Amino acid sequence: MSTPVTALDRLRALPARNAGLRAALFALRWLITLAVTFVGLLAVTFVIGRKVPIDPVLAVLGDRASASAYAATRAALGLDKPLAVQFWIYARDVLHGNLGTSLLTSNPVLTDIQRVFPATLELATLSTVIGVLIGVPLGVLAAVRHNRLIDHVARFIGLVGSSVPVFWLGLMGLLLFYAKLHWVSGPGRLDPVFDGMVDTRTGSLLIDALAAGEWDVFFNALSHIALPAAILGYYSVAYLSRMTRSFMLDQLSQEYITTARAKGLPERRVVWVHALRNVMVPLLTVIALSYSFLLEGSVLTEIVFAWPGIGSYLTGALLNADMNAVLGSTLVIGATFIALNLLTDALYRVFDPRAR
Amino acid sequence: MLPSSEATPQNWRAWLLTDTPASRRQAALGRAYRRWRRFAANPLSLFGLAILLLLILFAAAGPLVAPHDPLRQVLADRLLPPGSASHWLGTDQLGRDILSRLIYGSRITLSIAILVVVVVVPIGLLIGTTAGFFGGWLDNLLMRITDIALAFPKIVLALAFAAALGPGVINAVIAISITAWPAYARLARAETLRLVEADYIHVARLQGASRRRILLRYIVPLCSSSVIVRATLDMAGIILTVAGLGFLGLGAQPPSPEWGFMVASGRNVLLDAWWVATIPGCAILAVSLAFNLLGDGLRDVFDPRHGD
Repeated sequence: MSTPVTALDRLRALPARNAGLRAALFALRWLITLAVTFVGLLAVTFVIGRKVPIDPVLAVLGDRASASAYAATRAALGLDKPLAVQFWIYARDVLHGNLGTSLLTSNPVLTDIQRVFPATLELATLSTVIGVLIGVPLGVLAAVRHNRLIDHVARFIGLVGSSVPVFWLGLMGLLLFYAKLHWVSGPGRLDPVFDGMVDTRTGSLLIDALAAGEWDVFFNALSHIALPAAILGYYSVAYLSRMTRSFMLDQLSQEYITTARAKGLPERRVVWVHALRNVMVPLLTVIALSYSFLLEGSVLTEIVFAWPGIGSYLTGALLNADMNAVLGSTLVIGATFIALNLLTDALYRVFDPRAR
Repeated sequence: MLPSSEATPQNWRAWLLTDTPASRRQAALGRAYRRWRRFAANPLSLFGLAILLLLILFAAAGPLVAPHDPLRQVLADRLLPPGSASHWLGTDQLGRDILSRLIYGSRITLSIAILVVVVVVPIGLLIGTTAGFFGGWLDNLLMRITDIALAFPKIVLALAFAAALGPGVINAVIAISITAWPAYARLARAETLRLVEADYIHVARLQGASRRRILLRYIVPLCSSSVIVRATLDMAGIILTVAGLGFLGLGAQPPSPEWGFMVASGRNVLLDAWWVATIPGCAILAVSLAFNLLGDGLRDVFDPRHGD
């Protein structure tokens, strides 16, 4: 990296006793990056919103409005102002939580998103849990038994995971496990009978049902979420096992592993304690990354499973040219994605002394 | 210089593998041969290559190999299962031959994927090599923009762009390209930073080569191999995104036989006629798998950290 020497760089080169100052500077820099990236995202959604073939005035008025009504609405929407001013107004609105009104539902977009986002979070979280519980041990085993059967299995899972279309895998899952084998419930979050039986507290149906002690609801919700979570979880398993495998292969060839083995430590301890502990930091960042991919990847999955999350909301809006809802959802998913991405970056630097 | 006397296979091999090539052509051919040997040592990569060659052949030969018109509806032949006489892979709910639709659909999928790469690779190369070569504030500016773009959610942004631009093949290409270039800029910059310190670049500079010439004639060609490897691996992801856009109705418009859209239309008859959605999905999987296998093989050959 050939960055020029700035005041920040000089400050960063301060001796170790100023560690507190350096940490504060790092935090500041991180916040600036976060802010700049978010403004970039805002700019992109702004450009999409202004440059769409759909005239925003006509979207409000319909195409039979008089010229004066057109001009008045145009002024009311702020479209007669310079672009920079329009962007400023847009950014201010977004920061105040005003994402506009959805044409489809006539609700504020933010209200709609608050209603649907928990369903997406629940799905993505459960998928990540599956990914970690299966993917990490699989990756470790593949590295330990390098070029043996389990390694080939892990590589096959990884290869297919980066080649199979998620919407198709979802359909195949429905066909096999729902229609043919009846192992799981079909599309949706819950059978209609159970709708509204538990109050929404956390937004996660599973947790809410447990908290209310409604076991029927819990098991019904579980049988609905099992398949979509398994499908998305598969991608997480594929990605995490591939990354864990390569991190572990790297560690297992290090000298401290040879030393540990030479000391006569049991192999189990060498692998699962010594080596695994040293890959924890990169592993944590990869898990966070996979979580953000799943939030994004849930868009197509939600369609297949009629899962009432932000992906279904976004695509429903897409197909009806409801641009406020489209841009609002894009912003919310984008902001979550960016925050997770930068958070992993920060995590890496905080926990890995070499990256400081 | 060609191999002397009789050109037996052994002679050709020795000529290609010689440590003292007599011409640039011989050296280049010898290197290509060594790379091919390394690539061919992996049966999976060869398998990927074979699938892709087959696909390109089918896409190119289109009308010659397709048994039926992909758009012709024969309502009497609706939802025939695979294995039917004259409809090997069955028909869809409008009585169109699925095999013929797959063959024509491969043209759409391949052209979108290739167009994306053709758009994205030069942009990424230009931005990355410029940033790495000139350094300073230009590097800072370009890389900050790249980092910002890299932190964006790709699929969701591609969806938003496709929605804003309206459905269609060209708009799908634009939507995917806008989110795909940053990775190439990063890669090209890293390669450039490694290359500018090399002795032969210094020599070229001492010989009076202009910065423009060094950038375009030395750096860019040398970055190309790793960028091409990356593009091959990316092809799988691009094809999945194309299919995803098609599945949502944002790609090529009906009745054109886009694979993702074929899966979507098979969804309505999934329980009665599994093949309508299943078969196009298998095609997407096979092609994207083939690109992954080919990319892995190429990486082993070109990337010094994985090869040798």
